Amino acid sequence: MYAQMIKSEATQDDPEKLAAFQARIDAGDTIEPKDWMPEGYRKTLIRQIGQHAHSEIVGQLPEGNWITRAPTLERKTILLAKVQDEAGHGLYLYCAAETLGVSRDELTEMLLDGRMKYSSIFNYPTLTWADMGAVGWLVDGAAIMNQVPLQRTSYGPYARAMVRICKEESFHQRQGFDIMMKMANGTAAQRRMAQDALNRFWYPSLMMFGPSDQDSVHSAQSMKWRIKMNSNDELRQKFVDQTAPQAAFLGLTVPDPDLCWNEEKGGYDFSQPDWDEFFDVLRGNGPCNTERLAEQNRAWDEGKWVREGLMAHAAKKNAQPIAAE
Amino acid sequence: MDAKFEFLCRMGDSTLILGHRISEWCGKAPVLEEDIALPNIALDLIGQTQMWLAYAAEVEGAGHTADDLAMRRDVWDFRNLLLVERPNGDFAQTMTRQFLFDAWHLPMLQALTTSSDKRIAEIAAKAVKEATYHYEKSSEMVVALGDGTEESHARMQSALDLLWPFAGEAFVSDTVDHEMAATSVAPTPETLWDDYEASVKDILSRATLTLPKARFAHKGGKSGTMHSEHLGHLLTQMQWLQRAYPDARW
Amino acid sequence: MTKSRTEWPLWEIFIRGQHGMSHRHVGSLHAQDADAAVRNARDVYTRRNEGVSIWVVPSASITASDPDAKGALYEPSHSKVYRHPTFFDIPDDVGHM
Repeated sequence: MYAQMIKSEATQDDPEKLAAFQARIDAGDTIEPKDWMPEGYRKTLIRQIGQHAHSEIVGQLPEGNWITRAPTLERKTILLAKVQDEAGHGLYLYCAAETLGVSRDELTEMLLDGRMKYSSIFNYPTLTWADMGAVGWLVDGAAIMNQVPLQRTSYGPYARAMVRICKEESFHQRQGFDIMMKMANGTAAQRRMAQDALNRFWYPSLMMFGPSDQDSVHSAQSMKWRIKMNSNDELRQKFVDQTAPQAAFLGLTVPDPDLCWNEEKGGYDFSQPDWDEFFDVLRGNGPCNTERLAEQNRAWDEGKWVREGLMAHAAKKNAQPIAAE
Repeated sequence: MDAKFEFLCRMGDSTLILGHRISEWCGKAPVLEEDIALPNIALDLIGQTQMWLAYAAEVEGAGHTADDLAMRRDVWDFRNLLLVERPNGDFAQTMTRQFLFDAWHLPMLQALTTSSDKRIAEIAAKAVKEATYHYEKSSEMVVALGDGTEESHARMQSALDLLWPFAGEAFVSDTVDHEMAATSVAPTPETLWDDYEASVKDILSRATLTLPKARFAHKGGKSGTMHSEHLGHLLTQMQWLQRAYPDARW
Repeated sequence: MTKSRTEWPLWEIFIRGQHGMSHRHVGSLHAQDADAAVRNARDVYTRRNEGVSIWVVPSASITASDPDAKGALYEPSHSKVYRHPTFFDIPDDVGHM
C-alpha cells in the first residue's frame, strides 16, 4: 500500500485513559487533534500518514516522467491534472499529519535523508506510454482498495483527507484503464507495450499491500485503533479478484501461470510476488530508488532560495488584515 | 500562406511551447503548493492551445487536427515567440519568462475579445480570464522574489537581464500582423507596447529590479525564420511517440 | 520539535461554493503570507470549481473549544429536541413544509 510495514508504537499510558480511549474507538467515535490520545497512537499515525504523503509526492515522478512525451494534447492535460492531484493528495495528508504535532518540513527532511519511507511501487521505472495506463489501472487500483475503507478511520483529520482524496481519485484509475484499452486495441506495437507494462507492474502492484500480516502484532494493534482497516492478504485478494477479469477484458495475460478461479473460496488463486525483491526495494535497492530520492533532494535544495525569498518579502510587507468578502 | 492560419499558429504555438515548458516542472517545484499551482498554468495554456490550433487546422483546410499541428510539424513551421522556448533555467528564469509573457498575453487577449473574427473573440474571452490569473500570480512572484533575499534578488535580476531581449519580439509587426490589423482581426502589435512597458516598469520597481537599458530584441520565432536551438530538442521529446509510431492512435 | 527557519506558516482555508451556503472549512495549506495563501487556496482547493469565495485564517489564530468540556458545551442542547424540524409531526395532507 502507500503505507507499508507500519510498525505500531508501544504505548505506556494510564490504563484507565487507555481503556476510555479504546472504548471511544470501539463506539465508532472519531478522535480529533485536541483529544487525549495514547502516545503510541500518535506516533504510529505520524509514521503512517507521513509515509502515505511521501508516496503521493514521490509518486509524481514516475508519471511526471511521461508528461513531456504524452502523445496528444488531451493525454498531456489529463496526465498533468492527475499528477497535480497527487501533489494535492500529498498536501492534504501532510496537513493531517501536522495536526499531530509534526511539521511538514520535518516530515520532508525525514523523507529526504531516508529516515522515512515511501511506497515500494514508485521505485519501478515507467518505460513506455503503456506504463501510464498500467500505473493508473493497477497502482491506483491497488491504492483505492486501501483508501476507500480508510475514509472510516478513527483519526478525524486523516479520515477527512481520505474522503477528499477518494473523491478526486475516482478519475485516476479510469484514465489508466482508458489508456490500456486504447493500447490493447491498437497496433501490434501498442499491444506489445500494453502486455509488457502488465508484465512489469503486476507483481510490484501485489507487493503494494505488503507481506502477509496475519501474525503481525503491529497490524493487530493498528486494527484495534482503526487506523488499519483490513489485513494485507484480504486487500490483495480483493485486488486480484477485481483485476484479473479486467485483464481478460483487455485481452492481456496476467504474468502468473498459476492464476485461476477457485470456486470454493469464491476468489482467484494466485502466486505471491518475490518478497526478497520487495525487501530489497525497501532497503534502497529498487531500480529507481537512487534517482527518485536524488530528484526529491535536488528539488528541495534548489527550491530553498525561493522559499526563503518569498518568506523574506512577506516579512517586509506590513501584516494586513485579511479582506473578507 | 494564409495570414489568419499564421496568426492562429502564433497564438497556439506560444501557449503550447510555454505550457510544455511549465509542465517540465512537474513534481520538482520549490514547494508543494507550487507543484499544484504550476500545473494549473500549464493546463490553462495547453487548453488554449487546443482551441487555437483546432481553429488553425480548420482555417488551413488540409484535414489536420490540432494534434497534427502540435505533433507533426517541424521547427521551421512553429510560430511561437522565442521567449517561450527558452529553457526553464532556475525558478527565477521560469517566473520572469512567465511574467514577461503574461504581461503581453493578457492585453493581447483583451484586445482579441473584440476581434472581427467571432471565433477568435470567443477563444480570447475564455482565455483572458485564465491569463488574468496568470499575470496576477507571475507579477506577484516577480515582486516577492525581487524584493526577497539578497540571493533571490540577484537571481531575479540576472533572469531579467537574460530574458529581456526576448520580450520585444511580440511587439514588432510584419505582413501577417498588418493583414490581421487591416481586417480588425487582431491589434497592431506596436499599439500594445506603451502599456506593456508601463506595467513591466511598475512591477519591476516594486520588485526593486532594474530594467536593462538596451532595447535590442531578438526575432525569428513568430515568423519561424530563426528559432533557437532549444526548440528542436523540445519537439524531439514532445513529438516522439507520434513520430516513432505514426500509425498508432492514442 | 525544531522548526526550520524557512518553514511557511500554516493557514486554514474556508470556501464558499456557488449556492449561497456559508464558507466551509476545506483544509489547510502553507503560504508565506495571507495574499499568497489565497492564491494557493485557489490552486489547491478549487481545482474542480468548488468555490467562488475564499477565506484564509492563520492556523495559529484558531481558538478551539476544550474537548474535555464537550459535555458541558453540547449536552444541554441534546434535550432541546424541538429545535430540530423532525420534532414536529405535520400531517401529510399539509404538503411540503
